[in-house]
Amino acid sequence: MKAKFLIPLLLFIVLVVFLAIGLNRDPHEVPSPLIDKPAPAFEIAQLSEAHQSFSPASMKGQVWILNVWASWCVACREEHPVLVDLAKSKMAPIIGLDYKDQREDALAMLAKQGNPYVLSAFDANGRVGIDYGVYGVPETYVIDKAGVIRFKHIGPLTMELLNKKIYPLISDLQKP
Amino acid sequence: MIPEFGHYALILALCVSLIQGVLPLVGAHQGRREWLMLARPAAQTVFLLLGIAFAILAWSFYVNDFSVLYVAEHSNSQLPVVYRLGAVWGGHEGSLLLWVFLLSTWTIMVAQLSKALDEFMVARVIGVLGLVISGLLLFVLTTSNPFMRLFPAAQDGRSLNPLLQDPGLVFHPPMLYMGYVGFSVAFAFAIASLLSGRLDAAWARWSRPWTTAAWIFLTLGIALGSWWAYYELGWGGWWFWDPVENASFIPWLVGTALLHSLAVTEKRGGFKSWTVLLAITAFSLSLLGTFLVRSGVLTSVHAFATDPRRGIFILIFLTLVVGSSLGLYAWRAPKSSLGGKFSLSSRETFILLGNVFLVVSAGSVLLGTLYPLLIDALHLGKISVGPPYFNSVFVPIMIPLLVLMGIGPWTSWKNSDLLVVIKRLWLAGLAAVLAGISIPLMMGEFTWLAGLGFLLAFWVIASGCLQIIRQAKAGKPTRSFIGMQVAHLGIAVFVIGVTMVGAYQEEKDVRMSAGETVSVGGYQIRLQDVNLVPGPNYQAMRGTFLLTKNGITQATLYPEKRNYFSSTMPMTEAAIDTGLTRDIYVSLGEELPDKSWAVRVYYKPFVDWIWGGCLLMALGGILAISDKRYRIQLKKQAS
Repeated sequence: MKAKFLIPLLLFIVLVVFLAIGLNRDPHEVPSPLIDKPAPAFEIAQLSEAHQSFSPASMKGQVWILNVWASWCVACREEHPVLVDLAKSKMAPIIGLDYKDQREDALAMLAKQGNPYVLSAFDANGRVGIDYGVYGVPETYVIDKAGVIRFKHIGPLTMELLNKKIYPLISDLQKP
Repeated sequence: MIPEFGHYALILALCVSLIQGVLPLVGAHQGRREWLMLARPAAQTVFLLLGIAFAILAWSFYVNDFSVLYVAEHSNSQLPVVYRLGAVWGGHEGSLLLWVFLLSTWTIMVAQLSKALDEFMVARVIGVLGLVISGLLLFVLTTSNPFMRLFPAAQDGRSLNPLLQDPGLVFHPPMLYMGYVGFSVAFAFAIASLLSGRLDAAWARWSRPWTTAAWIFLTLGIALGSWWAYYELGWGGWWFWDPVENASFIPWLVGTALLHSLAVTEKRGGFKSWTVLLAITAFSLSLLGTFLVRSGVLTSVHAFATDPRRGIFILIFLTLVVGSSLGLYAWRAPKSSLGGKFSLSSRETFILLGNVFLVVSAGSVLLGTLYPLLIDALHLGKISVGPPYFNSVFVPIMIPLLVLMGIGPWTSWKNSDLLVVIKRLWLAGLAAVLAGISIPLMMGEFTWLAGLGFLLAFWVIASGCLQIIRQAKAGKPTRSFIGMQVAHLGIAVFVIGVTMVGAYQEEKDVRMSAGETVSVGGYQIRLQDVNLVPGPNYQAMRGTFLLTKNGITQATLYPEKRNYFSSTMPMTEAAIDTGLTRDIYVSLGEELPDKSWAVRVYYKPFVDWIWGGCLLMALGGILAISDKRYRIQLKKQAS
């Protein structure tokens, strides 16, 4: 067997290795340019207390989670039990960002499914969403004590993700 | 009950295809004639069973059986019957079934048309195809069963993506798949000859018409897809270097190289191991294309549902098929004899050079397509590779290829006096230079790129015309000679279209209200009005545009913006006035607050030459297949 006739096979094996690795990666997962940048500031009305407002500045000094959701979003309903679990763990407060929604629908959904949020900010026209680069609901951000975004996840949270990434990250960030 | 029969037919087809794949191959190896004889009946049975399965799926669409999950996901009761049938291959499961069915169709054609061939060879070819069929059927049955039921049945289906509700879709995938899958025949012949150790001219002669046939289908399929994208997507482009497009284009490039290399193997007995490698590569790339499209490892506008199990299955299948073939190649190819010697200036050299350029261009397109995946796998970040890469890498490789195309056909096998060739070609060179200078000036603006495009296109045309005249004087040229010239002419026509559109198209995005006029490329386009028009399963806003030139009415154009009931995404239906020398393309955008409309207007000179060129290439292929020497073979078979 002459070596040069093996070249195509070797090239192919290299290709297969890459394809196999590629299968386990998600091409849609684009890193957010906001990672390690300060969370964009905003001040908008809260969902349940329309006369009160919420601003990320008020969360300074603690690690918190921003979860973008909406009552019209099917994947959010799927994510909901995971969020409830996260809230029960009391690792970090979850702030909701109700994105492009109707107030009544959103409140009805929380009443029916349980409310994992400390409070929700009501982003009716999606302005805050633009600043945060939201391009699909749900999305989740972990923000540290200094108000810097440390982690972003697009799509519903899963228990696996909580255990593998988010819990370790939060306890890491909470160390003084 | 009926869909269960379809499912059952698929399972039976898998069992029989295993017989088709295993027994003839073992029989050929051990010399057991009775096992060899199983190849044809087994292939016929598989074909019949897959035909039944396919017909049942089509029937389920026809009668709106929404208890079948696949039907519920891709059709609905308002969908016109034609598109309901087109929807059979509008999704993953159905298109895979089509893939396998077409593969089995090729097999049956090989089985029927190869009676003159040595029976060991036929048995091996059918066996190899049987193995491929069984692998794919296993894939269909385990991960992509189109007959999966939905309980309780859906009230109505989700409908076919409106983008796909178009006559183009009804024909594009079957054509493309016929081409894709057709390379399996050349592949099977290559494997069979490696197995038997008989890599000879006879093998090349047998593979050639099959390869050409597959290549014709692939050419037409790609052209149809490009044409569909042009008029349906509303962007006015004809090629986007999208991963899925590339997945069909890479096998085409390698298939083109294979066609030419087979000619050398048939006529001169040369390039044997190279030709075998190309045959294996062409089909492997078709499989790789299937993997890329179906596994979702790359992002593409052709957003197909992705399921990791499917990706893993195809990857394993790909590894088994391609890995074992290349292993066999490494083992057996070194034993093949060298062909006749040839000098540096000979047709062999020119075909080899052309082959190198085609393979390099295929490699560069493949690299660009896979690059995001490679970079991601190496944890170097996420990137995407777009048209700038492909244009700047692909186009320069095509320049020497086109130059070679003008010279190669003039050279003779074995040894050729280049001086004589140059003497005969100086006129073509002169014509090319004149065209390269004068056409851009006639179009009103000289650019180097446009000049180069016309120079190369007319170089190929003039060289071809001179040669046809010469051959006609010398006697009746053969069909395969005419076919070759027509196909090369097609390339030139294609290049003219691309050059014209690239250099001289005009595009205007304007805001228009009724009564306003926009002019583009010497034409005036006036918006008359915009009306609400109902369609069978959508409502449309239809604009009426009057196209005039120098005050004379040329056409009335009706672009639409459609809202399909089953989808929230509005669809743009462009209106195109097609002409031999230009297209006027009008598409209706958003409605603006003050009752005016965003309108996009294109003037596209010679754009239809792009697809016309593809048609000529396919015609050239058809002429080549119909050459006398293949008919003589068929006659021999019959007697």
